[in-house]
Amino acid sequence: MRRILIVEDSGSTRAFVRAVLEAPDFAAPQGGCEVVEASCGFDAMRLLPRDRYDLIITDINMTDINGLELIRFIRRSAHHRQTPLLVISTLRAQQDAERGIALGANVYLPKPFTPEQLRESCAQLLGAPARKSSEPGSRAP
Amino acid sequence: MNEGGGRGDGGARDDFFSEAQELVDGLGRDLLMLDEMLKKGHVEPEIINDVFRGVHTLKGLSGLFGATRMAGLSHQLEDLLDELRLGRIDVDAGVLDLLFRAVSLYARILSSEKGEAEDPVHDVEQLLLALGHVSNRREGEGVGAVAQYELDPGLLGVLTEYEEHRLRANIQQGFALYRIRALFSLATIDTALDTVKANARPHGEIITYLPTGSGGDADSIELEILMASKASLGVLSKAIQTTGVSVEEVQRRALSHSIHATGLPNPPADAGAATPSISLHPAHPREAPPLRGGRSSAPAPLSDTPSLVASNVPSPATGAKTSARPGSGEMSLRSVSQTVRVDIRKLDRLMTIVGELAIVKTAIAKLTDRARSRFVETREFATELGRLNRSFERHLAQMQNGILEVRMVPLGQAFDKLARIVRQISREHSKEVNLVVTGAETEIDKLIVEELSDPLMHMIRNAIDHGIEARDDRLRVGKPVVGTIALNAFQKGNHVVIEVEDDGSGMDPKALTAAAIRRGVVTSDEAKELSQREVFALVFMPGFTTKEVATDLSGRGVGLDIVRTNIAKLGGVVDIMSDVGIGTKMTITLPITLAIINVLLVEIGGNPFAIPLASIEEAIVLDEGALRTIELREVLSVRGVSLPVCRLDRLFGFASADQRRGRSFVVIAQVGDRRMGLIVDELVGQQDIVIKPLGRTLSRVRGFAGATELGDQRVALVLDAAALIEEVLVPGETRFFGTADAGRS
Repeated sequence: MRRILIVEDSGSTRAFVRAVLEAPDFAAPQGGCEVVEASCGFDAMRLLPRDRYDLIITDINMTDINGLELIRFIRRSAHHRQTPLLVISTLRAQQDAERGIALGANVYLPKPFTPEQLRESCAQLLGAPARKSSEPGSRAP
Repeated sequence: MNEGGGRGDGGARDDFFSEAQELVDGLGRDLLMLDEMLKKGHVEPEIINDVFRGVHTLKGLSGLFGATRMAGLSHQLEDLLDELRLGRIDVDAGVLDLLFRAVSLYARILSSEKGEAEDPVHDVEQLLLALGHVSNRREGEGVGAVAQYELDPGLLGVLTEYEEHRLRANIQQGFALYRIRALFSLATIDTALDTVKANARPHGEIITYLPTGSGGDADSIELEILMASKASLGVLSKAIQTTGVSVEEVQRRALSHSIHATGLPNPPADAGAATPSISLHPAHPREAPPLRGGRSSAPAPLSDTPSLVASNVPSPATGAKTSARPGSGEMSLRSVSQTVRVDIRKLDRLMTIVGELAIVKTAIAKLTDRARSRFVETREFATELGRLNRSFERHLAQMQNGILEVRMVPLGQAFDKLARIVRQISREHSKEVNLVVTGAETEIDKLIVEELSDPLMHMIRNAIDHGIEARDDRLRVGKPVVGTIALNAFQKGNHVVIEVEDDGSGMDPKALTAAAIRRGVVTSDEAKELSQREVFALVFMPGFTTKEVATDLSGRGVGLDIVRTNIAKLGGVVDIMSDVGIGTKMTITLPITLAIINVLLVEIGGNPFAIPLASIEEAIVLDEGALRTIELREVLSVRGVSLPVCRLDRLFGFASADQRRGRSFVVIAQVGDRRMGLIVDELVGQQDIVIKPLGRTLSRVRGFAGATELGDQRVALVLDAAALIEEVLVPGETRFFGTADAGRS
């Protein structure tokens, strides 16, 4: 069972991501997927230390804690410094996306995206066959 | 349409519509605030960012759900708003107009997406064109000012582009920077942070919130809040400092430091150009988290490729290691959100069940009574049963109230839209109008709020078009140039009253009567008998208008009769009063909820009928001697006041109507300011009922709100007191119970 955290302030975007990733065509090859929703950075910070996640998906433009700050927090945390991190944000926010990558996010997927694009990125990050490249283990402390 | 829109994912799509609607409503509210700020000459940057975020989210949503028209509009708007919030374009009335136009277009696009209206393709194109022409760009902002401050490069590295812009803008205005450190419990951070925000806001602008902790499994978190303020450290500390919250000033550093030494990414060099150029360096590789520290390679190009992949995908092995170490918390994944969104049809179903239970309860009560009165041996049992049934009744009532509470929403939801309309219409009409709203917090059934928007909009259009005078006319009669429309709401017993009052020219009863006679709405003989209230009520007649040319504002050939019909459908009434030269006040009186009502059961000609208690003032025994006939109308004198009455048996054409002997009763109904006595044969008792609609065939019969099932398997028709009073008392309308259209042809 794969556990995926989506941090995003738009409820229907969360619902969309959940629908795509929990649908059998994506979830079954992964051995099942559970998508956990956080509606803001604080929610994510409450959830993160309490459980493991195989993938974290985060928006950038959020009130209070923005996505970049969350990424930094995640990368400094004990549990999730290596968890794959997917940034979803609008195409025009390139500077923000780049900062996200610089802070340790793995992939940037511009919004809006199709279910196929989401599946592809997530499969890649979850280490499924669709993965194109990886640098395994090179970053362990 | 992309794949997302094609998914047969009904639930997610419903979510989309309701979230989109909320966002559009929110945009409308924000724009009104922006409008206010613009008038006062001080625009808070936060409001523009809020609008940006709303459109940004809409864009994302509509893209995901394949609403291409909406996505296209949002895309262009987002471009504009981004420039606005980054200070590259100034906000002015022209830009604001475009934004308001966009909000009303959003509403129409949403309707068309639901298949309820036509796709406003032409209007969208027009707006897109206009958006492309916004050009009052300003010079780029100062560069490098940030470098003067002792700011942690790590902090600068997590600023979004917008936050960075705000930081610069504040420094440019000469504000001091403060670092607020605050320790919060994770469980209560939202409310605790709100307090800090509220304390800070009057003194300046919060740039960002950065968690400083390492994110272990602690239950608390320290935030570093970066704030810009005019205030001195002393003042700010006094305002903000509490337990766990400290404030310090960010010092300016020695000037020898260069921009690059501070780690601030290159700001857009050509900020004045149409497309902002964006620095392509990954920000602060050396501040990246420890694990990623070595990675300094530039990310792959961001454009075109839908999914940008950095090269550091963790291996499955490390992933497995992480998963082997589950989190420490036993609390796990409790949802943190405190609200749920519920389809109102689900509440309706619950309410129907409550209604069924009420019927069961009544039936049990009746059986209990029978058991108590007839059989000695079961009396004790019946008493016990009765006690239980009363407890059942109490809990049922609580449940009913609970469901009703959930259905209640503040009227403000409808008012927000109106403020937008007022602004739009008054601009179109070159009249200055100020909308003053009171009682927006008054709560009413969600369904009623939905249905209220149109009638209220129509009344307000009417007030601006026909009520508020042209600027010069107002000056001539010594009124303030800016007209006022007051929208007041308040609760009055089981009703909600909404007043729409303008300080315009008012209506002349004589002109009204003349126009009504000219249009054949009333005969001149009838007109003589009309009271002042009835004269004003003439404006609600079909096809009535005193302006010879129907303007496209309130007009399109539709008069206030639609308003009255729509309000009547909600079980309400509209009254109107006016003073020449002073203004006009229309008053809507509505029931608080449509879901369940308390009725008085009566019998007429051997049949049960229900009259909503909310519209009943009192019930008395009919004193035949106090009846007299005036102008063909039967009138009853009650405590010295004469009251028009209506014999329901005769009205309904029951055969026994004229042979009945023995006492009858008068139920005095009052709706709004109108009263009428309804003569019935018997009073049976009070009961809570769920109204069921009469169905398509009978839905046009006026005078009945619906039907309800009684505990004894009989069905009672529910009288619509408001419609009854209208039918019987209002002149010129169809008398009695024809179909709604019969009298108008």
